[in-house]
Amino acid sequence: MAKPLLEVSNLNAWYGESHVLHGVNMTVGEGETITILGRNGVGKTTTLRTIVGIIRERKGEIRFDGKDMLGVPLHKTAHAGIGFVPEERGIFSTLTVEENLTLPPVVAQGGMPIEEIYELFPNLKERRSSPGTKLSGGEQQMLAIARILRTGVKLLILDEPTEGLAPVIVQRIGEVLKTLKERGMTVLLVEQNFRFASRIADRFYLMDHGQMVSEFPVSELPQRMDTLHKVLGV
Amino acid sequence: MTMIFGIPLQAFLGQLLIGLINGSFYALLSLGLAVIFGLLRVINFAHGVQYMLGAFAAMLMLQYFGINYWFALILSPLVVGLFGAVIERFLLSRLYKLDHLYGLLFTFGLALTLEGTFRYLYGASGQPYAVPAQLAGGTNLGFMFLPIYRGWVVVVSLLACIGTWLLIEKTKLGSYLRAATENPVLVQAFGVNVPVLLTFTYALGAGLAAFAGVLAAPVYQVSPLMGSNIIIVVFAVVVVGGMGSIMGAILTGYMLGIAEGLTKVFYPEASNIVIFVIMAIVLLLRPAGLFGRDA
Repeated sequence: MAKPLLEVSNLNAWYGESHVLHGVNMTVGEGETITILGRNGVGKTTTLRTIVGIIRERKGEIRFDGKDMLGVPLHKTAHAGIGFVPEERGIFSTLTVEENLTLPPVVAQGGMPIEEIYELFPNLKERRSSPGTKLSGGEQQMLAIARILRTGVKLLILDEPTEGLAPVIVQRIGEVLKTLKERGMTVLLVEQNFRFASRIADRFYLMDHGQMVSEFPVSELPQRMDTLHKVLGV
Repeated sequence: MTMIFGIPLQAFLGQLLIGLINGSFYALLSLGLAVIFGLLRVINFAHGVQYMLGAFAAMLMLQYFGINYWFALILSPLVVGLFGAVIERFLLSRLYKLDHLYGLLFTFGLALTLEGTFRYLYGASGQPYAVPAQLAGGTNLGFMFLPIYRGWVVVVSLLACIGTWLLIEKTKLGSYLRAATENPVLVQAFGVNVPVLLTFTYALGAGLAAFAGVLAAPVYQVSPLMGSNIIIVVFAVVVVGGMGSIMGAILTGYMLGIAEGLTKVFYPEASNIVIFVIMAIVLLLRPAGLFGRDA
């Protein structure tokens, strides 16, 4: 396996009184694409939000690029090299498409220049001056991903990027993530869509009750399909 | 003599001008309140006191250091803005995790304390602040006599309002402010230091109030109570305009100032309550305000 970029060990997290992550262990190697699977409510989104640092009530260890992230304030996470695309996409309605795109500060060299982003997502260029939320769901998802590409982060964290989108858009997002992978981007995502995930992921983690219960490479996906269907209830 | 609706034209225009001047102060103050409320979710009851501090700072700068009006117009908002930044950073920011009511109570307490202190030091009666020599006197416009300083107040307030609007709507910093108003956590996760942004915003609001205070010093008298006299009306303006709308706060400020002025011409008895009557009607028909986003 590649050199680990993100190492999470014995991570616990709380929403006020309720204990939601019970010792999550996982590793993401440099350049890998990792998908977390699991039923609704087992802590997938919470895992991502805790790694990013949005959930502050957390114990355990998060090492990114060798650096301990637990004491890092939220506004320094991005500067350490972690970019986040939330489940609700987080497009701002009072900002134009272009303002949305240029909102996240550039944190390191090697980010995608804006011209290249517009080449990759021509729709965004056409609609650069309309309000961000006037875009279609698919375009908003592209925008949410595109604005992180500009920043030069090393790890892209995506929460259910294909949720609620038409198949043709899902395919397009798959192509974009493949392009990113070729460029060496490390990606960690939560995804319910197997077919989509199997096309881009190198490894999978299966999550249940706030823990990772198994881990396997994409090559083992076919033989595990039956079990997964049973566990995930899909 | 020219008459309009049975009223001499000069009286009409005179009150229109007074309405515009009051409207300028309403606009500057409600703009600051709206900016602070939008991002910090704090109803800043200390806003009137920050306006009063602006006027006092100008007066004291002149008395003790001989700093004239023009420098005071810049220095006083900076001083009061800095004071606001200190208040936000060390006191107000500790309350964000609690119910919003605590922010309101804190700023209300701060307002009472500061107002009381200034009353103790300077008495309740007002002190004059001279109109700067360059803006003294008036000019005859043919249809009415215009004191130059009052014209200046209207123009420069309008410029300050437009400038603030441009800052928020058209600049990078403004896009951070707007985004953080919608979703502060995500903006912070993108690497923007939102706590510093909040401090800046509170300082900006306080500075705008102080700017209005310096402009007001030669028009009204400089008195510890000048803030509480105007702030109740300004809250009504913000309610009518709709909390959180920048342009709404500016336009409503001018509209209600003019409405108040014209009521003085047509039905003077109602001039003190007309703004509150409008507020009640707007609350009944459009609870989110004329320009409110949730309407």
